[in-house]
Amino acid sequence: MSLTRQDVEKIAHLARLSITEQEMPVYVTSLSSIVDFVDELSRVQTGTVEPMAHPLDGQQQRLRADVLSESDNHTKYQANAPAVQGGLYVVPRVIE
Amino acid sequence: MLHTLSIGELGRTLSERRISSVELARHFLARIERLNPALNALITLTAERALADAAAADARRASGEEGPLLGIPLIHKDIFCTDGVRTSCGSRMLDNFIAPYDATVVAKLKAAGVVMLGKANMDEFAMGSSNETSYYGPVKNPWDRTKVPGGSSGGSAAATAARLAPFATGTDTGGSIRQPAALTGVTGVKPTYGRVSRYGMIAFASSLDQAGVFAHSAADAAIVLQAMAGFDPRDSTSIDAPVPDYPAGLGKPLTGLKIGLLREFFDGLEARNAALIHDALKIYRSLGAQTVEVSLPHLPLSVPTYYVVAPAECSSNLSRFDGVRFGYRCENPKDLLDLYTRSRGEGFGAEVKRRIMTGTYVLSAGYFDAYYLKAQKVRRLITDDFRAAFAQVDLLIGPTTPTPAFDIGAKINDPVTMYLNDIYTIGANLAGLPGLSLPCGFVDELPMGLQLIGPHFSEAKLLNAAHQFQQATDWHRQAPRGYE
Repeated sequence: MSLTRQDVEKIAHLARLSITEQEMPVYVTSLSSIVDFVDELSRVQTGTVEPMAHPLDGQQQRLRADVLSESDNHTKYQANAPAVQGGLYVVPRVIE
Repeated sequence: MLHTLSIGELGRTLSERRISSVELARHFLARIERLNPALNALITLTAERALADAAAADARRASGEEGPLLGIPLIHKDIFCTDGVRTSCGSRMLDNFIAPYDATVVAKLKAAGVVMLGKANMDEFAMGSSNETSYYGPVKNPWDRTKVPGGSSGGSAAATAARLAPFATGTDTGGSIRQPAALTGVTGVKPTYGRVSRYGMIAFASSLDQAGVFAHSAADAAIVLQAMAGFDPRDSTSIDAPVPDYPAGLGKPLTGLKIGLLREFFDGLEARNAALIHDALKIYRSLGAQTVEVSLPHLPLSVPTYYVVAPAECSSNLSRFDGVRFGYRCENPKDLLDLYTRSRGEGFGAEVKRRIMTGTYVLSAGYFDAYYLKAQKVRRLITDDFRAAFAQVDLLIGPTTPTPAFDIGAKINDPVTMYLNDIYTIGANLAGLPGLSLPCGFVDELPMGLQLIGPHFSEAKLLNAAHQFQQATDWHRQAPRGYE
């Protein structure tokens, strides 16, 4: 196993995912096999190769003009929220 | 039979007033009601909306408007936001999500006058190669309902193959259009990265995702792609370049076309599958094309490269699902952290959680250089191989998948085996290239796909090469038994 249970617990915490007791051993095994599989890349000589983030060379992320382009739709958007009060999203208390 | 007609034939039938759009919509809605329960290809049926769209199309036609998609029914993959209609992305997380706006693909097709019949099942968040990771259960392959239809756009592929609609939309991040198209015997097109807008298409891996189409022929796909493609200021990676007239480009002879046979795609390919590809090459030669063997030495590294890059981008994209603004929220969270972790833990399925964790790991401190940066470098090596190949040939050709459709349940517990289904399709995504899969024969009575890959923005060339093949063969006209 390339990953331990502790590794997976740490990853799950970073990813903000609750993992049940039953799921945990399955993830330790399957994530280890994925990590072993992608480890093949470590054998490739990549020397000075420039990392590639965008599939089309020379394309730059555009910026738009800083002008108003959206109207206020908060009622429509918040219709999908689990809990809303007075136009605000409701979450458990974070400040005592 | 209306469901056996091409989009061009349907357009003429509508134009000559031999049928109305409403009657056409009713025909397909009745087929869906009768045939979908055994397939599970659609997860939302929008019958009322379809009849309203169809009535609107009939009214537009009555007022003198014409158009190749005016009044033509379609099915959207449930990854595209559809204003006022549930958009689940195949996930419990979005089971209750009513999209508040239309994706650009949806809006453009709507402007062309299409009729939405419903939304197609898919692997959860487009993560899967068999359509078994959907919260709504697996899709069955109409050629054999004990087999998978492929994924992630398995519902769109199965619906098209079963003639539940003349065409369907899909998305392709690592093969999610081409692989299911191959396994269900339809024509599937994944355009160049940036050719079709990603706005309103729920993000999986943003440097790889691209929208495309499933249809019964390259000629039909050309009509649909024409309406979908083009610059969109709302997608920051949309390409601002003119869109050629794809249907008009279909008549070109292939004389002198240089097709490269991808040597790496034949390593380990079963003899019967390889024989189908060689038969297809013979047809291409008889149409005047030249075929040469080419090698892309880094191509076998596509799958491990993808399974670093795609999960990394997925872990970042899916961080937006927090149980606060939309989507699933767990019961009785004890604090904010509990709300985040349980909403995500309960709302996401097993494969999505696996990919989020893979991505989180390869991006985490101490592993970023070894995995993510390394994969980005190998991605460039693969892309450079394609560029070198396209200096010698016009198009590349090979199989779309290593095998025909496999049994439901056969690979679902072994992620790495499942990932290897996409071994022939992932390269095009990493390099941002357009690819197309078209039916080229049968193995064990199951359809197999021929894959064409071209340089950036060569969709017209790919569609024409597929169309010429389909003029000389009738594989694309075969329908599964019971769905003729």
